[in-house]
Amino acid sequence: MEHAWPALALSLKVAGWSTAINLVLGVGVGFLLARWRFPGRDLLDTLLTLPMVMPPTVLGYYLLVLIGRRGALGAWLHEQFGINLIFTWQGAVIAASVVAFPLVFKPARAAFEAVDGQLEQAARVLGISEPAVFFRVTLPLAWRGILAGVLLAFARALGEFGATLMVAGNIPGKTQTLSIAMYEAVQAGQDDTANILVLITSVVCITVLLTAGRLAPGRIANQ
Amino acid sequence: MKLPTFKHLVAALGITVAVGFAHAGELTVSAAASLTNAFKDMAASYEVQHAGSKVFVNFGASGALLQQMVKGAPVDIFASADQETMDAAEKQGLVAAKDRRNFVRNTLVVVVPSDSKMPIGRLEDLGLPAVQKVAFGNPTSVPVGRYAQHALEAAKLWPAVSGKAINTENVRQSLDYVARGEVDAGFVYATDAAIMPDKVTVAFDVPLDRAISYPIAKTLASANATEAENFIAYVLSPAGQAILNKYGFQKP
Repeated sequence: MEHAWPALALSLKVAGWSTAINLVLGVGVGFLLARWRFPGRDLLDTLLTLPMVMPPTVLGYYLLVLIGRRGALGAWLHEQFGINLIFTWQGAVIAASVVAFPLVFKPARAAFEAVDGQLEQAARVLGISEPAVFFRVTLPLAWRGILAGVLLAFARALGEFGATLMVAGNIPGKTQTLSIAMYEAVQAGQDDTANILVLITSVVCITVLLTAGRLAPGRIANQ
Repeated sequence: MKLPTFKHLVAALGITVAVGFAHAGELTVSAAASLTNAFKDMAASYEVQHAGSKVFVNFGASGALLQQMVKGAPVDIFASADQETMDAAEKQGLVAAKDRRNFVRNTLVVVVPSDSKMPIGRLEDLGLPAVQKVAFGNPTSVPVGRYAQHALEAAKLWPAVSGKAINTENVRQSLDYVARGEVDAGFVYATDAAIMPDKVTVAFDVPLDRAISYPIAKTLASANATEAENFIAYVLSPAGQAILNKYGFQKP
């Protein structure tokens, strides 16, 4: 039970960071794929969407092999910078980010593709710089679709379990997120703890969804 | 082509479910993770000896297997890696005391990655500052973690080592983390270490004040009690013991 609040705090931290990362990466890549035509674009889109359909255990294994101490990237990070990602909350952020990435990237690409090119053209004719066109015309028009994806990604990251367990392990107070604490409680037959964790998780999820519902119309009205 | 109607789908589903329930000579064995390789072998050779029987083996940490049964999992046989978990099963009315048999013994060891250069040769060395991560099963549900905790507590090393713990879901996960070099050392059974001789090295045997002895029992809820008794008899028979011995388990 004493692990419930640290687990909640950690879950929110991990979900928050991974959502921030995906906001930048997912929106950026979504924009590039919506606007750029290049050979292999469909293949790249497929690869980037894979985490949505692949089992989290497969992703966890990929990550373990890639960023583990003996992985190609992990060994390099360890030698060059002394960075070790396995069994750290940063590792959990990476796992959650990979799993939730398609949920931001897919709607973002669709939203950018739906933006009327004539409006951007008009802005350019009026002499606005390219970055300004993106931030003052394209992004506000696509914002609704992006926001929906971002909220879904946050919720998905909050509930991430499989890949996180494999990459970050289960260390109370360090990498034990709500869903992992929940799993441990059930495995150990601690139903009292499980009940409390389920309650906390449900309240958090309902709050996220309610906030999402309130936030979205307001943002759209401002457009 | 005519598409199948909803009625067809329901009928197909019904047949599938009915077939799933119908089998008679089927056994479900919940066995401790450390028994994975040995019991896969055991099930296969039992099926050869008993034509028409089908043995499904469900592996996991003993504590996790117990919780599945507490919540109503249809299990015929339970094989635990420690007496404590079987005691709990007995207390919950899942197995009867008279059905319990100790069928095998094991040794607790500390393994290190085979390319490790750390001077780990006895329990005290795990307290060294250079040793940062030690994998062992989560003591709340994994017997090997409990054995490790007992050994460390008896040696008054628990406060120094518990902060380095990487909790795992079962003994094989600890083994895997050591084999990948993600941790500096890990507590596993001698039989687990023998699965990956090229990737892990046994640093030392861990002294324990009690034997690691595995109990097996048919469950009171078993729908197939005779078959369950047959399987347990096979595990205890010379043929069954030979299979366990092949994987490094010791006689009970």
